[in-house]
Amino acid sequence: MVHRFGAATHGQTPSQTAGPYVHIGLMPRAAGFEGFGGEIGADIAGPDAPGQRISVQGMVLDGAGEPVRDAVVESWQADPDGRYASAADPRGSTVAGFRGYGRVAADFATGLFTIRTVKPGSVPVPVPGLGLGPGSVPVPGLRSGWGPGPGGGAMAPHLALWIVARGINIGLHTRMLFADEEAANAACPFLARIDPARRDTLLARAEGDGVYRFTIRLQGPGETVFLEV
Amino acid sequence: MSAPLRNAPVQPAPLLPTDWGVQPPALTPAYRTTVLRAPQRPLVAVPGTLTELTGPAFGDADIAPGDDDLLVNYGEGDPIGERIVLHGRVLDGMARAVPDTLVEIWQANAAGRYRHRNDSYLAPLDPNFGGCGRTLTGADGSYAFRTVRPGPYPWPNGPNSWRPAHVHFSVFGTAFAERLITQLYFEGDPLIPLCPIVDSIADPAAVARLTAVLDMDAAVPMDALAYRFDIVLRGRRATPFESRMEGT
Repeated sequence: MVHRFGAATHGQTPSQTAGPYVHIGLMPRAAGFEGFGGEIGADIAGPDAPGQRISVQGMVLDGAGEPVRDAVVESWQADPDGRYASAADPRGSTVAGFRGYGRVAADFATGLFTIRTVKPGSVPVPVPGLGLGPGSVPVPGLRSGWGPGPGGGAMAPHLALWIVARGINIGLHTRMLFADEEAANAACPFLARIDPARRDTLLARAEGDGVYRFTIRLQGPGETVFLEV
Repeated sequence: MSAPLRNAPVQPAPLLPTDWGVQPPALTPAYRTTVLRAPQRPLVAVPGTLTELTGPAFGDADIAPGDDDLLVNYGEGDPIGERIVLHGRVLDGMARAVPDTLVEIWQANAAGRYRHRNDSYLAPLDPNFGGCGRTLTGADGSYAFRTVRPGPYPWPNGPNSWRPAHVHFSVFGTAFAERLITQLYFEGDPLIPLCPIVDSIADPAAVARLTAVLDMDAAVPMDALAYRFDIVLRGRRATPFESRMEGT
């Protein structure tokens, strides 16, 4: 049956690669534009956010270990109090000017990107019925697979990341956590879900002065854990 | 444990699952760049936590006048090419409108050349065309852009590979987990079935959803043809799970 637009349909729109010229649409200044309006996602935290200012210096590597120089990485995070600046967070962020959303482009020559923001707080897992806490049990038919348990708890500070580039057919979701948040990480119900042998792929290393180093490996040894969210 | 839970907020409604049957797999070797960029391990499923069920909000302050009109938002004169209107609605999987969501587009000019420092195709740049547009959907999920129809262009995949004319679309929805980038193709373009990027999608009905159709009702007489392109995101389940307090 031939689909026609205008006919009622609820079928999801499929993804297509962002391609090599993604910057024109998402980060026009990186593409070499002058004069277009402000860059969306350029200021994650705003000027007045409390908390520790950090910069995440990272790179996306392909299966040959080469930097993906045309990647764009989007980030989404809570404020230092663990609240999202989103209508879908019933608490909401109370930090004026805090957006929580960012975009960075890999450098066309080196592949390096830098996310400048504030360190997020831990994010609660609020609903016992969807608890991620220790003791959560799989429930047949529930897509999440995680059902009733003691619930509660908090996910360790993290950035949700979404990676697009030429050669990536559908944007890749992952999370970056902080290696120096050892206690929070040890209690994190999200991290508990990840194969211990692969957790390292999600940890950014502190290098001092608020600088963290994070490498995303698209495939092969040390492949980053990518998520179905 | 019970004290914080008593104050716990209600979790936002979960999302409908991604329909993997319509999505391209990561690895599609005919599109050669995927060979070294496709993850080899399966995705790890995590339930919708607050992180995935929330997402950025955008407003009028993020958009400048003219951002939705690619005929005028770059340069001083009129760009070369077929003047067209691209319009449609952003909907969710329950066919509900997605209002106030950011829609961004980018495209080549009428000759198939991108205004990007990395595009070296021999076709000319157009001094009056940038190729970047943004808008917010209205209360009914509708959006519209004015632009020129992009040209097809060659790309270094096979010995003689050409992309069908296309416009890239970026959409947010209400949750970061709904984030979508895709491409609009034009009804009747003979390059569509030849393209390995299009062919990364196995389901012909899903490919058809990426094909904008000529919409004479929306064409502007003596001015511009129109093409209609609706975008369907996952959306949220109709009824959120109830929050159960501990001990009940």
